[in-house]
Amino acid sequence: MKPPAFKYLAPTTVDEAVAYLAEYGYDAKPLAGGQSLIPTMNFRLAQPAVLVDLNRVQELSYIRPAEDGGVLIGAMTRHVQVERSDLVAQRLPLLHETVPFIAHPQIRNRGTYGGSISHADPAAELPAITVAHRGRVQLRSTRGSRWVPAEEFFLGLFTTALEPDEMVVEIALPALPPRTGWAFDEFSRRHGDFALVGVAAAVTLSAQGRVDEVRLVFMGVGDRPMTSAAAPAVLVGQEPSDEALEEAAQRAAQEDIDPFGDVHASAAFRRHLASVLAKRVLTRAVERAQAR
Amino acid sequence: MSELHTVRVTVNGTVYERQVEARMLLSDFIRHELGLTGTHVGCEHGVCGACTVLFDGEPVRSCLMFAVQADGHEIMTVEGLAPEGEMHPLQEAFHEAHALQCGFCTPGFLMTLKPFVETHPNPTDEEIRKAISGNLCRCTGYQHIIEAVKLAIKKIHHSDAA
Ligand SMILES: Cc1cc2nc3c(=O)[nH]c(=O)nc-3n(C[C@H](O)[C@H](O)[C@H](O)COP(=O)(O)OP(=O)(O)OC[C@H]3O[C@@H](n4cnc5c(N)ncnc54)[C@H](O)[C@@H]3O)c2cc1C
Ligand code: FES
Ligand code: FES
Repeated sequence: MKPPAFKYLAPTTVDEAVAYLAEYGYDAKPLAGGQSLIPTMNFRLAQPAVLVDLNRVQELSYIRPAEDGGVLIGAMTRHVQVERSDLVAQRLPLLHETVPFIAHPQIRNRGTYGGSISHADPAAELPAITVAHRGRVQLRSTRGSRWVPAEEFFLGLFTTALEPDEMVVEIALPALPPRTGWAFDEFSRRHGDFALVGVAAAVTLSAQGRVDEVRLVFMGVGDRPMTSAAAPAVLVGQEPSDEALEEAAQRAAQEDIDPFGDVHASAAFRRHLASVLAKRVLTRAVERAQAR
Repeated sequence: MSELHTVRVTVNGTVYERQVEARMLLSDFIRHELGLTGTHVGCEHGVCGACTVLFDGEPVRSCLMFAVQADGHEIMTVEGLAPEGEMHPLQEAFHEAHALQCGFCTPGFLMTLKPFVETHPNPTDEEIRKAISGNLCRCTGYQHIIEAVKLAIKKIHHSDAA
């Protein structure tokens, strides 16, 4: 199908972009990579009256080192730029490992970090990774700017803390602490499709080799990225033995997620996948932490 | 609402200028405004890859961009692969390895693969499969396409061995 008519605005600065959002409010939508917005417009599931195209706003496209050892990513940075960034590979190995799982090469050439988190598809990789990293999101409007922790940014199915006149300008991802291992894995029916379930893990060990901290974040099994409370409850202070990791994975998949069933997989199968993947990423994260 | 925008774009080395509505998809612009019907449209929601073109040298879905967004940019479509009527080594390889049957998907595969074969002299099967993961073919079962990629790479990078 063809998209409905809309008014097209192509600002070249953030100030201009937020002025348009302030002017048109609920009628306007930012257009980033278009890889989620344009399909929904082609189907007429979305009919925004005004599109504010961010593709000519050069100041939003960058990957920069942050002073705390982490990385700052501009909202219009494309998935392919993150995938090829040496800085990301060095400082954010968890993100580096995950990006190739997003969609297909042609889509990664257009899709953006800011677009993915603003869209807030619960089965998307970047929202989960942003939460796993304890990332923060910077929002701008003509009223000013504010930072929102990732965990408070994702509010539900395709719903974020963004007000209609606000846009995402930057994502700040702190580096993982020392002696921390990481891993991401997902299960999808075909490579590049949205996954049925995905899991990111970051495990920090003490100098004695016990678990100091665990981040275990699921995607595709709830209305937003789901952070496990059970995994740290089981593991912190313990030796990361195979049995302990198994128990953490099992309990997380029982207590911390809310999978749905559809034509692709039943809720029970998604829960099963979540436990298997959780065990796998926890194990790999611990091995990497031990090797550091 | 149906305000017109000027699009000035270089396609296969030729500069075109047209007045279009903002909602015109790049795929429709290429086919209907420029008459370059080699670019195919299968799904219009980013799933099939038939509409893939090179946008500033990188493969993208032309059904997931608006023509106005191409203003000032450079595009290559399948017609640009054989400007003098002589087939590109990738096209020859598809022909020789039987990598197409109905041919509907072929322009999308070719445009996806052009930068890949040029930059990957020795890819693994896994890398080839990942490179074409965003293109659907309902006829060939993909195996012959993978063979064609290897043949094209031989022609381009190892021509004395071919
Ligand atoms: C076939 C196919 C398969 C895909 N598979 C996957 C997958 O496996 N995993 C995955 O994660 N994604 C997948 N995607 C989606 C893709 O990654 C998108 O690029 C991404 O979700 C949205 O990013 P975008 O830049 O294209 O945003 P757009 O489509 O331009 O925008 C998405 C939404 O965010 C809003 N928005 C965009 N930028 C901003 C901003 N800076 N501030 C405020 N609001 C903003 C828009 O108004 C819109 O509502 C797939 C897409 C397709 C077509
Ligand atoms: S027509 Fe563009 S991906 Fe199918
Ligand atoms: S050759 Fe027919 S769809 Fe690929």
